[in-house]
Amino acid sequence: MSAVALQRLATLLPADRFLVRPVELAAYESDGLTAFRTRPLAVAIPETAEEVIALVRCCRDLGVPFVARGSGTSLSGGSLPVAGGLVIALNRLNRVLCLDPDQRVAVVEPGVINAQVTVAAAPFGLHYAPDPSSQSICTLGGNVAFNSGGAHCLKYGMTSNHVLGLKAVLATGEVVAWGGASRERIGPDWCGLFTGNEGLFGIVLEITVQLLPRAECFHTVLAGYRSLQEAGDAVSAVIASGLLPGALEIMDALAIEAARAAVQAEYPAGCEAVLIVELEGPRETVARERERLAAILEASRPVAIQPARDSAERLALWKGRKSAFSAVGRLSPDFIVQDGVVPRRHLGEALRRIAQMSRESGLRIANVFHAGDGNLHPLILFDGRQTGALARAEEVAGRILRMCVEMGGSITGEHGIGVEKREFLPVLFSADEIDVQQRIRAAFDPDGIANPGKMFPGAEAPALGHSGLHPLEKAGVICRE
Amino acid sequence: MNDVLKPASLAELVDAVRSTPRVLALGGGTKPRLSADADSVPLSMAGLTGIVEYEPDEFIFTARAGTPVRDLIAVLAERGQYLPWDPPLVEAGATLGGTVAAGLSGPGRFRFGGVRDFILGVRFVDGMGRLLRLGGKVVKNAAGFDVPKFFCGSLGRFGVMGEITFKVFPRPASTVTLRLRAGSPEERLRILTRVGRSRWEPDALEGAPESCDAWVRLAGPVEALAEMEREILTQFPGESVGEAETVWRGLREFQWAHANGVLVKVPVTPADTVSLARNLSAIPGLRHQVGAGGNLAWVSLPSASEASALNSVLSEQGLEGLTLRGDTPLWWSRKPRPVIESAVKRALDPVHRFPSLDT
Repeated sequence: MSAVALQRLATLLPADRFLVRPVELAAYESDGLTAFRTRPLAVAIPETAEEVIALVRCCRDLGVPFVARGSGTSLSGGSLPVAGGLVIALNRLNRVLCLDPDQRVAVVEPGVINAQVTVAAAPFGLHYAPDPSSQSICTLGGNVAFNSGGAHCLKYGMTSNHVLGLKAVLATGEVVAWGGASRERIGPDWCGLFTGNEGLFGIVLEITVQLLPRAECFHTVLAGYRSLQEAGDAVSAVIASGLLPGALEIMDALAIEAARAAVQAEYPAGCEAVLIVELEGPRETVARERERLAAILEASRPVAIQPARDSAERLALWKGRKSAFSAVGRLSPDFIVQDGVVPRRHLGEALRRIAQMSRESGLRIANVFHAGDGNLHPLILFDGRQTGALARAEEVAGRILRMCVEMGGSITGEHGIGVEKREFLPVLFSADEIDVQQRIRAAFDPDGIANPGKMFPGAEAPALGHSGLHPLEKAGVICRE
Repeated sequence: MNDVLKPASLAELVDAVRSTPRVLALGGGTKPRLSADADSVPLSMAGLTGIVEYEPDEFIFTARAGTPVRDLIAVLAERGQYLPWDPPLVEAGATLGGTVAAGLSGPGRFRFGGVRDFILGVRFVDGMGRLLRLGGKVVKNAAGFDVPKFFCGSLGRFGVMGEITFKVFPRPASTVTLRLRAGSPEERLRILTRVGRSRWEPDALEGAPESCDAWVRLAGPVEALAEMEREILTQFPGESVGEAETVWRGLREFQWAHANGVLVKVPVTPADTVSLARNLSAIPGLRHQVGAGGNLAWVSLPSASEASALNSVLSEQGLEGLTLRGDTPLWWSRKPRPVIESAVKRALDPVHRFPSLDT
């Protein structure tokens, strides 16, 4: 960006909301993928949609690349700045514009925190279903850009399944509005196409989401097993029974050890894997389904079964599960988390092969995963201070992704491609399939100024450094899944 | 017609698309207005049928786009699974590809979402005659742009689908249906709102076409439903009608609509349904049904002669519509399209192989 361009952009906002000093920019150099960092030329902090539109149009006129940023929790480097580009930080567009409990919809700005939507909806007995583990800090704008998931995707889908309408400014400067408060629509599903664009189409300004009635009753069970294989078999048995649990999660021995140490979570002694199953629904339904679940789990030869007896025990079970990532951080100075998906029937084999890769590479790998939908989260532990350790960890991560594709799965279940996995896009898609996506991208962004260098392979590689855990991760506020 | 293309494999589908300058896929013909384009050579999907892959334990199947939905439903039922979004016009012969291209879902879409919420992947031929696969074959996937979702409601304007992958769910053990009595659109709205927000998690919530009553379907273990049913009937006037498959078939198949008339899909919000009912009542012969918990109005005219009256009502309420059957324009009271929509059309179909977005 030239000095002239910088000056023109700076005229759009008051000086205290247009950061250019290195000390101010440092906080924006990285996101949840801490191995990468790039210093932007400036950070703009708009407070209104009009300011965002003006910034994007000015970037278009000047040919300046921009990266939209919410809370910077992307695990694929989605909000990594572009060198010489502008970061547009959307945190101050944080208003819930409308919440209609009768129609069960909310209209929010992109900087609204995921969990705050549910907080706003709770007095009406409603909630916003997508729950990425960073939900206490990640923003809806980022969720839309990366089609974020969570622990309830098998039953409720991802962010895209809950977005009814969008208003956005495209990289061309055009402002579009698609969908609205209705759950039905006619014509091509433009909201569906926009959600998950990884910031390559433009910046979302308003999001209409559907709210669902909060389940009246939950039944959460933790079962411990002697092996991952047995836990995996139990998942298959639950699925085969015709039950549709809201969540099915597995943690392996290393993750259990970490959770035990971090939050004093209690797990049955002598188990190598724990399974968490959660049923939810009207109390009459859950009362019947919990009996069936108990019979299925009894037959799966667990070491122990611990049903949560009240909501405090339920929250404790989830706290152990959701803190597993930051807990693993205590076991190792650094780790990489992967996000591949395999068909559920290959879970057992996938875990065996990951264990083998761990032995071969000498790197410890912990596994925490969404067993219901086959979404793996292997955590590859390493010490970045050792020469070559990061490269070895990256190599193992790459082998895991290739394995997921070989098994008929995907390289990302919920984190997105970002900067991290773009070299793996050709493993999943043919040259023509990448070409058609680049053509779509070029329609939205002919000049290539919206989040360039993400998703597609081949662009100039950003600086790969090494920086340990994210500060919020160390504090246990956010985690990488 | 002599010049109907009828490929029997994906390779032939590629050849068929490349063989002609303007082509439009044709499924079961149950929404004839959507495939009526005089400038296009019809491409029959009748030779591209059958399930390619079905993994009950994964909750997914992949089928060729020309597969009749009723065949899929039968195969899923053998394994205790189903399409929760209740595709419409199944008995009339709707195909999987036609249902996706039309973007239509039936009453069951209320609980877990519609066709767009269950599609996972698509293999299609783009305007340049390339066979491409986007999305995936697993229930959770965030890799690449969500073109499968985009194709829901796309009316064949961006490509011809050859194979489609869907998520399925286990079929609930049982269902019960309640008819709740309402004397006016206002009372119906109250039912839609209160039941929609309730703890009962209804499986379907529809307006009755011939009155202001509402149909509620509950799904789950049989004993649980009996208890919830009793509670609902203490709060609302009405009665239980058991499984009531004929009711749901009647709605899914549009048995209430004029057989040879005009059928229009109109997305609405629950609040819209009150004024819409009042405004539509002035149009002679018009019938309408409120669906999807008040998020949809299906409108049926005996003939195209009342089209301008309907168009005025929709325009005044700021509502848009899509003709599925009958000799009326495809789009009703459409707002101007953003420039980007034509740019994306050119990206996927640079040689204008498929009809434009406006016709």
